[in-house]
Order: sequence, then structure tokens, then C-alpha cells
Amino acid sequence: MVMLAKGIEDASPQSGEGSAPVLSLTGISKSFPGVKALSGVALDLYPGQVTALVGENGAGKSTIVKILTGIYQPDDGQIRINGEPMSFPTAQDAGSAGVTAIHQETVLFDDLSVAENIFIGHAPKTRFGLIDRKEMTRKAKALLERIGAQIDPGVPLRDLGIANKHLVAIARALSIDARIVIMDEPTASLSHKEIEETYELVERLKADGKAILFISHKFDEIFRIADRYTVFRDGEMVGAGKIAEVGERELVKLMVGRSVDQVFPKRTPQLGEEVLKVVGYAHPTEFEDIGFTLRAGEILGFYGLVGAGRSEFMQALFGITKPSKGAIRIDGKVAVTRTPNEAIGHGIVYVPEDRGKQGVIKGLPIFQNVSLPSLKQTSRNGFLRLAEEFTLARDYTQRLDLRAAALDQDIGELSGGNQQKVVIAKWLATKPRVIILDEPTKGIDIGSKAAVHEFMAELAAGGLAVIMVSSEIPEILGMSDRVIVMREGRIAAEYEGADLTPEHLVRAAAGITEVRT
Amino acid sequence: MSLASPDLAGRQLPDRLKTPLQRFLVSWELLLLGVAVAVFVLNSFASPYFLDPWNLSDATFNFTEKAMIAFAMALLIISGEIDLSVASILALASTAMGFAVQLGADTPVLVLTGLAVGLACGAFNGLLVTGFGLPSIVVTIGTMSLFRGISYIVLGDKAYTGYPSDFAFFGQGYVWWVISFEFVLFALLAVVFAVLLHRTNFGRAVYVIGNNPVGALFSGIRVPNVKFALFLLTGLMSGVAAICLTSRLGATRPSIAFGWELEVVTMVVLGGVSILGGSGTIPGVVIAAFVMGMVTFGFGLLNVPGIVMSIFIGLLLIAVIALPRIARRLLAGRKD
Repeated sequence: MVMLAKGIEDASPQSGEGSAPVLSLTGISKSFPGVKALSGVALDLYPGQVTALVGENGAGKSTIVKILTGIYQPDDGQIRINGEPMSFPTAQDAGSAGVTAIHQETVLFDDLSVAENIFIGHAPKTRFGLIDRKEMTRKAKALLERIGAQIDPGVPLRDLGIANKHLVAIARALSIDARIVIMDEPTASLSHKEIEETYELVERLKADGKAILFISHKFDEIFRIADRYTVFRDGEMVGAGKIAEVGERELVKLMVGRSVDQVFPKRTPQLGEEVLKVVGYAHPTEFEDIGFTLRAGEILGFYGLVGAGRSEFMQALFGITKPSKGAIRIDGKVAVTRTPNEAIGHGIVYVPEDRGKQGVIKGLPIFQNVSLPSLKQTSRNGFLRLAEEFTLARDYTQRLDLRAAALDQDIGELSGGNQQKVVIAKWLATKPRVIILDEPTKGIDIGSKAAVHEFMAELAAGGLAVIMVSSEIPEILGMSDRVIVMREGRIAAEYEGADLTPEHLVRAAAGITEVRT
Repeated sequence: MSLASPDLAGRQLPDRLKTPLQRFLVSWELLLLGVAVAVFVLNSFASPYFLDPWNLSDATFNFTEKAMIAFAMALLIISGEIDLSVASILALASTAMGFAVQLGADTPVLVLTGLAVGLACGAFNGLLVTGFGLPSIVVTIGTMSLFRGISYIVLGDKAYTGYPSDFAFFGQGYVWWVISFEFVLFALLAVVFAVLLHRTNFGRAVYVIGNNPVGALFSGIRVPNVKFALFLLTGLMSGVAAICLTSRLGATRPSIAFGWELEVVTMVVLGGVSILGGSGTIPGVVIAAFVMGMVTFGFGLLNVPGIVMSIFIGLLLIAVIALPRIARRLLAGRKD
């Protein structure tokens, strides 16, 4: 413990140029029932350098992270740290070998203080073996200052935003003197400013001589902060090298095994009758006075910053939360959606942002996930008819080009993109009138993204009314016929046609009303 | 490769990776069946009287009443909840029946009383859990004391007796030769609950809620209604068990079925139901009922004292919960 603490204080930047890899994986393989997740992959991480790990969802990125952090054991292959063969039978072993991971959803403890979170498991002790709170707070403060975070070590973690939670996780990584830091999509749910701060932090870690594995789906940031890249495709390593020697197109090509431009499907919207009309929807704390109409065949985008109240409003439409005021009309008739069950009955369905918690039922097979909201149709007098469920699931999973071993496979074994396809399939099977997609391509790879976009276009062309909540401007611009911008729980602006520009969206979302010249 | 437009769409997925038979061959139920056979064989060696048809018939009374409650408890635990007040509901229902006897109630009224008290207690638990969002383990530890406490207040150190003679049929009657009414009811309920859990939309909802209650809500399942129904059902089955046990004993004391909640939970968990919810089957619970019943009977034949039996039940509960984890750890270690 003492040595570790000392290590923090006089950690001096090591020279990282051109040296030998600190961590080296060779021939790593891992299989799950019916799926070969990794076959013979190699990965090298160098001190003081950022290595970007890119690949589509299902390419094996999460599996390699879990192997590095001791959660999975490889079936085959070798892990070397500074040339010495190692194995990580448990997460603790990985931690003491100097590997730490900062996850998308950071694993910290909401009810503990910032300092306790940083030092959990290795808190400084007093002579009597009790936790030395004073010393712990002092060290936590020093660590936070070192990464440029203005956080009071005494406050409970619950009170921090997601970006600050990441900073705490990074301070924790520094406190255990980690040599290898894995950052798994650290910027996925951050605002623009927070993302910049994250980049600065990565630079600091680099300067400290840490070897960083950076997993991201965003190409601009990969080119901005990474020194090296490794590409996985379908569980194999298909390329690695220096970022300076590769182009964006080349990287994408390696990733998907084909050329894909970030193109959105061309559409000529065929607007039909008005399907949905929302009037004066309000909630005591989350949103106020939301009203709009939506026509068949239309894709209506909802843009805004994180926390603008978009998801909360959508969940009220779907009957999860109760509005304090407001009314909905479907096809001109008043519809009441006090529960999701009633919303589904009126033809309103919701593909949630939090896929893992709200979208899929892990532990149940794919076909049962698909048939779940359609059980009334597939059953007879309340008795299940498995044959009908399989028919339904076969049909809709084929339409969405789902990649899986079989329909009775546990949905938890699928990649994020494929899980999302199942969630969309289950709602389409209910033959809805209005489908709400909340950040439909968040955290999924380019290939699946394009498939989801293509599919949305098809749905609209088929006469479905589509609402898409998205924080990605290219996606909003590429897919929507009309865009509503929300800010602080209210509709800030509505754009279509020539007015639909990135500048307008950003200004409306940020609350900048006047153009000053 | 196509970008997967629905028209160009891809492969059709096969329905199943493994046939139901292949799944059965690696199931907990098959392992348990092996244990049941082993216990049966051991018992028949341990005592020459074991294989007597009447002795075997007597042995079934060791599990039939508990199993009736265990079926409903299995559904409740799969859904992620638990009811520790079942034995106290049984005691309260029995007390109410005894009270009704003093007022001159006949057998049909007694049966209705037992069922009604069971339902009322289940509704009370269900309301506290679903209506106020309280954790079921806390609520039912509370009602466990509450319900039995009422029995103690009503009865003190006395006992209700004087049940009508035709009431004795539920616990002492035989349908044909050595086949008791209780055993027939047990078998019937096993089928009903197996169909309910494995063949109906309601049963599917139970699994969905147990695996992901938030996801269930977001998929249009009326989670509170399903949970409330499960508490009602558990209360009702405790009432049914109260009728059978009271009838068999012919008397009600406030200590009736004391400690049964743990045996019922043990039976459910031994049957392969995950204590964390989400998985388990009724056939598993049925086999577990036989195993526990036969072990109890075997101990009885060998004159093992009751306290050893309760030590055994405790160890069994811990072992069954720990075994799958130990097995997983050993498997993971071997791969390393």
C-alpha cells in the first residue's frame, strides 16, 4: 500500500517513443456456445501511446476487454506484460497487474463519496488498521487536481454528472498506479465540452506514460487522439499500425470488409394522413407544453442536448410516466396512454435508449423477446403457441437481417447492434401506427447503423409514422423530414426543408437566438 | 454484402440449436431425478418396511402439503419476489377454520373459510408489495409474525378440535387403495401449475419479470398486476394446504406448520428455481418434493431425531444455492 501511494506522488513521465509494448496479446481465442467471439487475435499496447481498437459491434471488442480485465478466460493464446506471461483468473488479478478499465457505464458506487470511490479496496490506513479519512481525502484531492478535475472529494458520487464520474474513475485508475488504461467508449454520452475535457485527460495520461486502449465508434476522435490502431472484424484481427499512416476510408474498409460511406438512404417522403396529434403535454419537472402533429410516412426528428427532456417526453407518450396535462389523438380520436399496454393498444411503440435495461430481456431466447408484445396474437385463450411464436420471430428477424446462431439463443449473447435489431423486430411485429426510436444507433457499429437507417426509411415508405430522438446531427439531418428541437423541457424550434441546417439545430438547442454580426 | 434492406434481407435463422431432449440431458431436473432414484434405493436397503405400499403412501404426506405451497412459491420466486409468511398464513387459516367450527360451521363453510383467509392474507402481502413498492422479503417477514401472532392471541395455549367427521376426508381419505386424496390433489395441482407456468402467457410474463422487471414494463406487461396475482395465488395455496393439514391432524394449535416456510423455499430452490429469479421449472419442484419427502421418511425409519432433520434441511438449502456457483468456479478454473 505504501509503495503504491508513493508511486502516485513521484510518477514521472516515461519515455514512450518506439519502445517495446507493455502489454502484448498473441493468439487469443474465445468461444461461446454457437459463436466464435475471437479467433487468434493479437493486440499490442505501448507506453505513452493511445491505441484505438475499432470494429463493428460483434467484432469482439468487448470480449477482449473482458479478457484483459479478468472477467473472461481465453480458451487459447497468451497475455504478456513487459514480456512476462500472465493470466488474469479474476478481476483483482488484472487490477494488481496494472490493468484498469473505464467503462461506458462506469462501475462506481453512487452512495459513497468521491474519495471513497477512488480508494475503495486500497484506502490509506491508520495505525489501528482503520481507514484514515483525512489522508484519503488529502490524496483524493491531490489526484483530482492532477487530472484537472474540480470535484470536492467529500461529496457523494450520486451528485456528479456522468463526465465527472468518468474523472473519478480515472482518478481511481491513477490511484492504483495502473499502467494500462482501457477506455471503452468514454465519450458516448457526453456533451461537446465534456468530450474536449476527456481528450485533454487522455493527453495527460499519455504524458504519464500510461498505455491506453481506446475503444470508439467515432472516427473524428480516433484520428484526433490515437497514435496507433488495431482493427477487429468478426473476431479476427484484420489490421494494425500507426494512425499517421492510414486514412479514414481505409480504416472503415478494414472494419467492414467493404467500402461504406456514411450515406443515408435517399427518400422521397410520401406523406399521408395525420396519424398523431399531441396537445399541451406537460410534466411537473421534466417537460412543458409539448405539441406537434405527425403524418403517416413521415420521419420526425427530435434534437436537443442531453437532459433536454426528449426521452422523458417520449416515455410519457408511451405510458411509462404520467403527464400532468395534455392530450393525444390517434387518427383524430382521443387516445389515453396511462400504461405501455394502453400505448401499444393504440399503436404507439417505443424503442428505448437504454437497450440493456429497457429494451431486451436478457436470459430469455431471441424468439421470446420478439413475440413478447405480440403474445395476444400468437396465443389462443391465454395459452402459448410456440409454433406461432417461432413463425413470427423467423419472419421479423429475417426482415432485419439478424445475425445469430438460432432463435432459441439467449439474447444476452448477441452484440449491441443485433440486440437493437431484435428490439425493433419485436415492435414491428405488433404492427404499430407510430414508432418512437430513442437514439436508435447509439453505441452500434457502422454496418448495423446503416441497416437501422435503411430500415427506418423502409418503414416510413410503408406508411408508418416515425419519431426519432437523436443527438447526432448527421443522423438527424440525414434521416428526418422535419426536426423539433427541445431545450430545457420545451420545444425551442421546428425546422424543415432549407431551414434544416446544423447551425440552426445547434443554436436552438443551446438557446442562442440572435445572430450577432 | 448488402446493407440489409428488408427486401434483400438475409438468412432465415434456425429455430433451435439444441433439441429439447439435448437440453434435458444436461438439465438440473435429470440430475435431481438421479438423486431421487438414489434416495429411493438407499431407503429400500435401509429399512425392510420401506417398500410396503402403505408405508410408501404414508411417506407422501411428508411433502404433499408443502409441495402445494411450493408450486405457487416457485412462480413467485421466479418472478423475483418471495413470500416467507406462507406457514403463518396456513396457521391463521387453520385458526379461522377452528373458530368457525366453534360457531357450528359445516365442512363446505370450513373449506371456504380456509380458502378465503388464504386469499385475504395473500392480497394483504400483494398490496403492500405492489401498492407501496416495499421489498417482499421485508413485508413477508413482518406478516410472518403478524399472521401467526393473531393465531396465538386467539388460541393461547389451547387447541381447536371437534372438526366434523366428513372434514377428515381431505387429509385422511383415500381415493383408491393406497392413493390418498392429498396425493391426487398434489398431482392435479402439479399439472395445473406446470401448464400455468410453461404453457400460458401468464407464465411467460412471470419469467420476463424475473429476468428484467424494467424491460417487462417497457414491453407492455402489467408488472404490478402479475405480481399481485402471484401473491394471491400463494395465499390461496397456503389456504389449500391449511385445509389438508388441519384435516389430517384433526386439530389446530397456533404452532401448526411452524418453520414450513423454510422447507417450502428449500424445496423450490432444490427444484432448480434460481433464488435470484428468472429461471426454474415445475417438474423440478415436483422431483424436489419427492426427494425431500423420501429423505424425511428415511430418517424417520432410521429413528433420526427431528432436530437432525432440521440441520439437514439447513445444510441442503445452503448446498443447493452454493453448488451451481462452486461448479461454475471449478469449470472456469479448469479452462484457465
